[in-house]
Amino acid sequence: MQHRYFPHTEEDIRQMLEVIGVKSLDDLYAEVPEELKLGRDLDLPEGKSEAEIRRIFAGLSAQNRHLVCFAGAGSYDHYTPSLVPYITSRSEFSTSYTPYQAEISQGTLAYIFEYQMMMARLTGLDVSNASMYDGATATAEAMMMMTAAARKKNRVLLSSTLPQRVLDVCQTYTSYHGTEVTLIPAKNGLTDRKAISEALAAGDVAGVIVPQPNRYGIVEDFTGLADELHGQKAFLSVSGPASPLGVLKSPGAWGADIACGDAQSLGIPLGYGGPYIGYFCATNALIRKMPGRIVGQTEDKDGRRAFVLTMQAREQHIRREKATSNICTAQGMMCLYVAAYLSLMGARGLQEVNETSAKGAHYLCKALVDSGKFELTYPQPFLNEFRLTCKAAKPADLISHAAEAGFLAGVKDGEDGLILCVTELRTKEEMDQLVELLTK
Amino acid sequence: MNNKLYSNLIFELSRPGRIGYSLPPCEVEAEGLDCLPATLRRDEAPELPEVDEQTVARHYTNMSNNNFGVDTGFYPLGSCTMKYNPKVNEEMAALPAFTQLHPAQPADTVQGALRLYWEEQQMLSEIAGLSEFTLNPYAGAHGELTGLMTIRAYHRSRGDEKRTKIIVPDSAHGTNPASAAVCGLQIVEVKSTARGTVDVEDLKPLLGDDIAGMMMTNPNTLGIFETEIPEIARLVHECGGLMYYDGANLNPMLGVCRPGDMGFDVMHINLHKTFSTPHGGGGPGDGPVGVRKGLEQFLPDPHVVRREDGTFALECRDGSLGSVSTFLGNYGIIVRAYAYLLSLGRDGFRMTGRLATLNANYIKERLKSHYLLPIEGLCKHEFVFDGLRPEYGGDHHDDSHVTTLDVAKSLLDLGFHAPTIYFPLLFHEALMIEPTETESKDTLDAFIDAMLSIAERAKEDPASVKAAPHHTPIRRADDVKAVKDAIFKYGG
Repeated sequence: MQHRYFPHTEEDIRQMLEVIGVKSLDDLYAEVPEELKLGRDLDLPEGKSEAEIRRIFAGLSAQNRHLVCFAGAGSYDHYTPSLVPYITSRSEFSTSYTPYQAEISQGTLAYIFEYQMMMARLTGLDVSNASMYDGATATAEAMMMMTAAARKKNRVLLSSTLPQRVLDVCQTYTSYHGTEVTLIPAKNGLTDRKAISEALAAGDVAGVIVPQPNRYGIVEDFTGLADELHGQKAFLSVSGPASPLGVLKSPGAWGADIACGDAQSLGIPLGYGGPYIGYFCATNALIRKMPGRIVGQTEDKDGRRAFVLTMQAREQHIRREKATSNICTAQGMMCLYVAAYLSLMGARGLQEVNETSAKGAHYLCKALVDSGKFELTYPQPFLNEFRLTCKAAKPADLISHAAEAGFLAGVKDGEDGLILCVTELRTKEEMDQLVELLTK
Repeated sequence: MNNKLYSNLIFELSRPGRIGYSLPPCEVEAEGLDCLPATLRRDEAPELPEVDEQTVARHYTNMSNNNFGVDTGFYPLGSCTMKYNPKVNEEMAALPAFTQLHPAQPADTVQGALRLYWEEQQMLSEIAGLSEFTLNPYAGAHGELTGLMTIRAYHRSRGDEKRTKIIVPDSAHGTNPASAAVCGLQIVEVKSTARGTVDVEDLKPLLGDDIAGMMMTNPNTLGIFETEIPEIARLVHECGGLMYYDGANLNPMLGVCRPGDMGFDVMHINLHKTFSTPHGGGGPGDGPVGVRKGLEQFLPDPHVVRREDGTFALECRDGSLGSVSTFLGNYGIIVRAYAYLLSLGRDGFRMTGRLATLNANYIKERLKSHYLLPIEGLCKHEFVFDGLRPEYGGDHHDDSHVTTLDVAKSLLDLGFHAPTIYFPLLFHEALMIEPTETESKDTLDAFIDAMLSIAERAKEDPASVKAAPHHTPIRRADDVKAVKDAIFKYGG
């Protein structure tokens, strides 16, 4: 048969079989026991032309509805500059493999180097790796790395103000990996610091993971936390979405050893949950325990600047079962998304994105609370996301009512909570419409 | 032809005061960042580049010229399945009806997205001969970890807590033992025979009631079909363990022989290898995990299910191993693979594996006069040479001989990507070649000519081969210096 993806003519196949010394394509499987062979065609539809594929996708697209997005919870509807998808779709980048052959991979290696440097500067830490799968798995890796680095201590404290999906993934990893986890309760929407101090007393705590901003959108105050932990030889990890790093006190400035989270908020489309990109940064002291790839600068034999994958002695293909992580490549292309986005936006753009989002969020929050049908659950400082207690209706009913009108009215949190998010893309008109929908 | 200025790092192109973005004005009067106490805010702006839009365009376009992709040329990387990445996949993945969906949207507003996921998992189940797939794991290694968690969840559900060991062949991909370790399993290594296949006699004494299962890939990392797989599966099942199939080498089996029919219980697939989604310079990929009947409930949450009325929904299950991803994996990659599954269909999958195997055997037969073939006979999608033959480039025991690394670097000069080198670890000078089915005989012939010319040159002028590459954007990089004087930031 002829197919647009198979270049073989019948004459090609005949000549190649002759060189190999077999009579037919099926004879290439002569050693496979007959009883293992399928002996029939796969039960799949016939192959489709491109025009038919477009038609099938048009049908699927019609069953999806675009909603005006007031939800966050790990996926943020920020603006993506036109140039970003244009650059990332260049096939010299997208169709290449992991850059093992540095001589013909300087493009990939250079943008990963730039990405690492940008993330290190945003988090205020020394070094970034070349990405993790997403924010949740990056946080789970931070948990495992802290126990590996702390040697004989095997307990990690997780703040229950971390997003639920992050907690769920950490719980899954820990139930197989063997790290012991203690959940630190929340108090008035914040991590209960007293509970951390009490848990530290047992002396088996390798580290603590706290969110920033937290699951309710609240910006937490970690004054004194790093000193307290370091005094007990425990590590501090701060986990959160990346865009707010442009305006909030950085994990490094809080004294954190590790910063991790999802960088989807740096120009990556919502995309029904992926692909996103987990970021992972640490202090120099921890570099040899870092999971994932790292790109470093060196020279070629003519003395020119060159970039290579480095510190590979940490990695799974060398250490095999002694590796502390099984990560090999993660979300390479998404590093380019982030690097191109941050190049275009710069610190000023990031500041403006966060300022406009925060203003929108405070405007919307006030309008909803003023209606008397909602109250702000926790009177704490927030950035672009906030939790309301619904006094007049059930959150699930509000969400479906709004969806009928073409709005995604946040995400449900518990029986009475609604977590809403505003980005710079939301207009005043859209916010006013949402208030109308939720309060009438 | 690169421009020197734009080939600098983006930080070096930065000039204070330049901007590359535009945002709509803020329309509301409200408190913004001011409402945060100063202690919670940054003291200083982060040092990010300040560049205009065109500079960013030129910088990354120049960078891309230093890269080699499948669209640039032949990419015979063993175990990586670098097949053509069809462009209709990209077009479908960029449809706003998919890219604009938020994962928290109510199910009735995302029926198209859920249907696509469900149909894809049905198609993969048929291709693999298994009962159900999750598409949530993000990559091959993540799929392995998820698959091993599935196996542990199965044993736990039966109250069988003592099965903490997993058998892995010594030829396995490095991720196999690493994934097992992260999953809290101890690794027991089984030896290979002289033909590179699992040594069944070495396996037997390893089996017992502490064995959770065995990880294999078939064909194995040498491209050789493990003909004793029915016996191996029987032995492992008899001791109460489950069989795990590493799908890295699934391509040659497509439409010929299915992992489920070989006796495997759990497997992962790499959508970025077998199902044509781009490798992206190291991700994002996707690593769906499939299971045989009776193990479905252990797969990770959330599951996509079809209800009796034909609508689709998300569901969490009792007994599930938990969740391994924020949502439904790398959904955009799942979309691309669906376009590929539709493109090939029943008739396309009849040929995929067979043509991949044809291409590999053709190269092997034509090059074995100059390169050392340690294992004769039919290979599947890939095969391994143990470097140049001694008469081309010298004896392997002689330090001055022309190595596999030298051959790989010489190929770069000739416009080919190098094969996988120094893996598997069974041979000192391993050179692992996987052509895939999307390469024409003309491309293979050009590659064969290049490989033969390198061998001839290794015999006549070994110094020039050892100094390669000569014509690439950079020459051999100093890996030792990169570790010793580690630099991760421009400007210190």
